[in-house]
Amino acid sequence: MQSIGEAFGLAIALVLSGDADLIEIVALSLRVSLTATALACLIGLPLGALVAIGRFWGRDAVLIVMNALMGLPPVVVGLLVYLYLSRSGPLGFLGLLYTPTAMIIAQTILIAPIVAALSRQVLEDLHAEYAEQFRSLCLTRLQTVQALLWDARYSLLTVGLAGFGRAVAEVGAVIIVGGNIDHLTRVMTTAIALETSKGDLALALALGLILLVIALGVNAAVQSVRMTAARQAYV
Amino acid sequence: MSDAAISLPARRAGTAHPQLLPLAVRDLVLRFGETVVLDGLSLDLGPKGCTMVMGPNGSGKTLLLKLLHGLMQPTSGRIDWAGQAPRAVTHRQALVFQKPVLLRRSVAANIDFVLKARGRDVARRAALLDHVGLAHKADQPARLLSGGEAQRLALARALATDPEVLFLDEPTASLDPASVLAIERIVSDARARGVRIVFVSHDLGQARRMADDVLFLHGGRVAEHSAASDFFPEPRSEPARDYLSGRIVV
Repeated sequence: MQSIGEAFGLAIALVLSGDADLIEIVALSLRVSLTATALACLIGLPLGALVAIGRFWGRDAVLIVMNALMGLPPVVVGLLVYLYLSRSGPLGFLGLLYTPTAMIIAQTILIAPIVAALSRQVLEDLHAEYAEQFRSLCLTRLQTVQALLWDARYSLLTVGLAGFGRAVAEVGAVIIVGGNIDHLTRVMTTAIALETSKGDLALALALGLILLVIALGVNAAVQSVRMTAARQAYV
Repeated sequence: MSDAAISLPARRAGTAHPQLLPLAVRDLVLRFGETVVLDGLSLDLGPKGCTMVMGPNGSGKTLLLKLLHGLMQPTSGRIDWAGQAPRAVTHRQALVFQKPVLLRRSVAANIDFVLKARGRDVARRAALLDHVGLAHKADQPARLLSGGEAQRLALARALATDPEVLFLDEPTASLDPASVLAIERIVSDARARGVRIVFVSHDLGQARRMADDVLFLHGGRVAEHSAASDFFPEPRSEPARDYLSGRIVV
């Protein structure tokens, strides 16, 4: 067990050395979480838009469920995906368990409700402003959804960011369906958990530092885009 | 600005559509709970010209426009666009709101959006922007336009739909005289090309300049509907007389 100072020093040296294992873990983390975020946006944004503009029986119940699903426990999602993908499960024949694909599926299920619920709120506010104009223009539902998604694009970036943040920092689901297999399914969060339990704080801290830098970098990039858009009154 | 008006295509007349005018409104009632906003309103509009809808705040002018345009349903009564219901003809009309709702896009993209949504040729955008004097602002963000420019963009967007009827809900409220003049020119040009104008305004000077006939509302009813040449010199109704003489009408 290293002291905190010693661990920090080793962590920074590890990052600066460009350690191959470290790069592999970071790259897989980004691949899994970015793919899951993209898929969650593909599912969640249109769903959020349809609920935002729709007036149908049971809408309030749908809203409650959408909002409740934002708090899905990752281990529960991991367990459900595990049950479906395990050899005896209904999708076991696909052989996806303990693969990055399984991790992407679990993270997509975890963050799609977040994207849907947050985008629904953003789009509903925008629709309240546009609704009468759109009805005057006799837009179809599809045209309305497309217009809302495009005009809210900068606000929706923040929604996507929230989803990515949840995905990249999540450990419960990916460790169950990925198994934290070295050189195959080991991502930053599962590696941090493993190395901490082994007492190798240097690698755990190095990964933690990278995770923080990624989070800061993505936030800064999105904030920069939003500020540019705000100056043009596009937000 | 007006030089480009000739490059605008004439309103699509003589298509397969049945006639939209005359308009007949009978016994129109609009209630919100116990509050009666329109109280048995009846009116007729002919096929041409500019009708100024006037009256004090709360007399039902804006709601009448929305009902005629099919954006709202009346509690009772009948709106008859030459035999067609309002919702069936909304696409043949356009409404410019008092506070223009502009998309979070460039000026050009605001026009393109409507042209594409209506299946029109996007190449018309240049003529439309030129017509309203915004060609030099095509690439600017629409929501950074001044009040007058924003309203001219809203007008261009409305005209992009080739409306047969153009509803204008106080489009020049809070605008400076130059902006008012610019908008009146655009509206006059549309009227000259055969677009039926229904124009809500509190501005008496504007009403005198633009109106062919005046519909004066008071308390959710038509207090008076007469030709502008009769209305301004000799209003028949008490509320209209008070309104024109500058007395407070509530």
